[in-house]
Amino acid sequence: MARLTLDHVTKSFADFDAVKDVSIDVGDGEFLAVLGPSGCGKTTLLRLVAGFEKVTSGEIRIGSEVVSGKGGSVAPEKRRVGIVFQNYALWPHMTVAENIGYSLKVAKLDKAVARQKVADALALVNLQGLGDRRPANLSGGQRQRVALARCLVAAPSLVLFDEPLANLDVHLRASMEDEFAAFHKRTGTTIVYITHDQAEAMALADRIAVMDHGRLAQLATPRELYHEPANEMVASFISQGILLPADVLSAEVAGHCKVRVLGTELLVRCRPGERPRAGARICCRSADLDVSPDGPGLDGLVKRVIYQGGAARIEFTSSAGPDLTLHFEQPDPVMLEVGAQARLCIKSGWLIPAAGVAS
Amino acid sequence: MSTRIRESLGQEMVLTAAVAVVIVLLSLLPMLRLIKEIVAPGGTFSGMAIEAGLRSPATWIATWHTLVVGVGGTLLAVLSGTLVAVLVTLTDIRGRSALVLCYVMPLMIAPQVTALAWLQLFGPASPFLKLIGAAPPLGTKNPLYSTSGIILLLGVQYGPLVFLLVRAGLRKLPRELVEAARAGGAGWFTVLVTIVLPLMTPSIMAAAALAFVSCVGNFGIPAFLGIPANYLVLPTLIYQRLAGGGPAVLGEAAFLSVLIGVIAMAGILAQEVMSRRRDYRISSTSLPAEPYELGRWRPAVQAGMWLLIVVVLLLPLFGLVLASLVPGYGIALTAKTATLDNYRFVLFEHDAASRAFFNSFWLSIAAAFFAVLVAVPIGYLIAWGKQRWVRLLNLSVELPYALPGVVLAIASLLLFLRPIPLTGIQLYNTVWIILYAYLARFLVLALRPTISGYHQIDRALEEAAQVAGAGLFMRMRTIIFPLVAPAAIAGGLLIFMTALSELTVSALLWSSGSETIGVVMFSFEQGGDSNYAAAMSVITVAVTFVLMLVTNMLAAHLPSGVLPWRD
Repeated sequence: MARLTLDHVTKSFADFDAVKDVSIDVGDGEFLAVLGPSGCGKTTLLRLVAGFEKVTSGEIRIGSEVVSGKGGSVAPEKRRVGIVFQNYALWPHMTVAENIGYSLKVAKLDKAVARQKVADALALVNLQGLGDRRPANLSGGQRQRVALARCLVAAPSLVLFDEPLANLDVHLRASMEDEFAAFHKRTGTTIVYITHDQAEAMALADRIAVMDHGRLAQLATPRELYHEPANEMVASFISQGILLPADVLSAEVAGHCKVRVLGTELLVRCRPGERPRAGARICCRSADLDVSPDGPGLDGLVKRVIYQGGAARIEFTSSAGPDLTLHFEQPDPVMLEVGAQARLCIKSGWLIPAAGVAS
Repeated sequence: MSTRIRESLGQEMVLTAAVAVVIVLLSLLPMLRLIKEIVAPGGTFSGMAIEAGLRSPATWIATWHTLVVGVGGTLLAVLSGTLVAVLVTLTDIRGRSALVLCYVMPLMIAPQVTALAWLQLFGPASPFLKLIGAAPPLGTKNPLYSTSGIILLLGVQYGPLVFLLVRAGLRKLPRELVEAARAGGAGWFTVLVTIVLPLMTPSIMAAAALAFVSCVGNFGIPAFLGIPANYLVLPTLIYQRLAGGGPAVLGEAAFLSVLIGVIAMAGILAQEVMSRRRDYRISSTSLPAEPYELGRWRPAVQAGMWLLIVVVLLLPLFGLVLASLVPGYGIALTAKTATLDNYRFVLFEHDAASRAFFNSFWLSIAAAFFAVLVAVPIGYLIAWGKQRWVRLLNLSVELPYALPGVVLAIASLLLFLRPIPLTGIQLYNTVWIILYAYLARFLVLALRPTISGYHQIDRALEEAAQVAGAGLFMRMRTIIFPLVAPAAIAGGLLIFMTALSELTVSALLWSSGSETIGVVMFSFEQGGDSNYAAAMSVITVAVTFVLMLVTNMLAAHLPSGVLPWRD
């Protein structure tokens, strides 16, 4: 078990920066998810930590040892990290037990001891008695468990998950998620979990690192990401946040400030020390919006109604800002129809900090 | 730098260095030595060798002959190979796998065996013609001892080569392109002429270039059919010069071999130019087109195809088997005269022949074994490595096989005529020089399937072993080798089959005691003992055929396209 430190890590391929100046500190025993759209550099990040790619600049430390840096790079086989690959990467020419016991064989462990460890690892992932099977004769979920056991058995200081659930069907995903969480609780291993699925990241991780175009957009707890996104990318990426232009009218008092949005004034949450400024943006969640036929609010048009079973997603444009689409959910019975006039009230929001202000 | 970081670099550097040494030794060194002999014989720059070669009329006659049979053989191979490919791939003809297997078979048989088989079929002593009472009187000239005979057999030998490449191209043809033309009102024949064949231009051109290189470099067919008619092409001219003059004429031979190389390269360049004139790129991938329904023509087309198989494969082999059973030249084969004496003689009684079997078997096994062993790490660096220069080295491994075998044989002679510096080891006039040439020439046959094997393996399998703590050599042994082994071993078997009855290289490199099957077969035929030559041929064809069947058992584990005869 060890902490993992990425210190201003940059990785360039020819003239393209796949990872740009990323610094992350993963605590001992922490479960960190790295989340981002495809092509954001999250897989490159994992390969840098594992040692398959060499850093262009910056430094990676596992525990107190520098494994990638100016002085060179420790080979992947010497880093004592475990990886659970997206497509499991089980060796087809070996049995389940041989797959799991491979790292013990490499380490030239005593055979009897190794056999016991393999049996323990099989038991840990509920695959007792399947040691003699070939990977080809296992179901997707079973293969995933073998991959997990294989990475466990070497007692790695750090476990990397590379989109491990991407190849599984939906109902299997939920049960594997439970299993990963249980695995983390039981072993207390430091985990870095790469995914493009927000729900997965939110459900599992202590903290989430959101990546965008090779940069670290925000590193925070799931709750903080949702409620207090640090920038527009995170705000819109996480749970389809709605971005609205705003002018800040008052300085922060007790975590709130007054803003003007689409011609109406409202109170939103904000960081300490915010001052009045123009050209700011706020982030609203669909839960922050509500129809208010009588009270104050934004007048506008219902553009689309998408019934989703039990509730409908309503897309709405206000007459003050016809280019902006606001969406919210209305539970059954759905009253609004396409083309209808409606008045919308923004109950709350989050003022996105000005660019360049550190969190 | 910490010690852990330094340790990590060690094994990969060792591997890369070893691969570089092998490639330099087997590919670059012989080619450089050959060029040096032409440009600067004896160490000083001089145009003497080139000038002497250019002044000799024999050079020009042989060059002309080479071009004639090269172009003629190529045309015949392209026409027949493309026709068969279109019929087998685009129509609903039945028994496709069997047809492919039989049609490709001549490619697995050594050219001189093909030549011998056809000679046995048509000569005045032909047991087959005698059987049906159609043999010309003894003393009549065999009609195959002629330019058209050579062209015919080159076409038969390399038609399958064209077939394989064109068929691969046809299979990638997206059906939408054909269907769009059909929807536009074009009939099947119009589609074939206006859409399919034009789009196949790159495949056909590539196939033609390959067939051309093979035809101009071929030794076995012009040696068996041309030398008796005193019709010399460049490879047979080199052979005759060296057989008559020994190492003294090496300079001239070197010039002639480079000339063949230049002609072959010109063929490849012409293909490049032709293929670039228009855009033939097919962007989409899709299912292959529905086969064209031959309808009432199907029985006729099928009969025609099988007739072709009978003519190009079964009849010659039948003639070969008959000839191997005849007790002596010109004797008619009957139930009473049929004998296995020829087999007994070549296997047990004739010293050089039995030695040749021994030599060829171990040479082929050694070459195949070494190639498999080397192909795995070279393939690793080429397919998965990060250094770009290694990929360039891939080209240099292709070179000794892309160039005609005569070129490599002469280069090996030049390289090892004198003892190896520092060690004093003498390879010239021993069997080892043949082994060297086989290793250099055939390595690529194992390398190609190995590389396509690597491309089919998920790299994560290696990375998983790496994070489990396995170093490069450990991963090679426990993960990588087991995974690419089927492809590499299939390549090794191809090498074994090719090397077993190889003649072109060994004809120039053999010495007393280091005869190969091909060499002894050739000398039997030249001495008029066709029956013995036929017996040896039947044995090698049988071995090849059994090996093909054995290799087929690997097929399930192989990337497609590794085994040429499998559909």
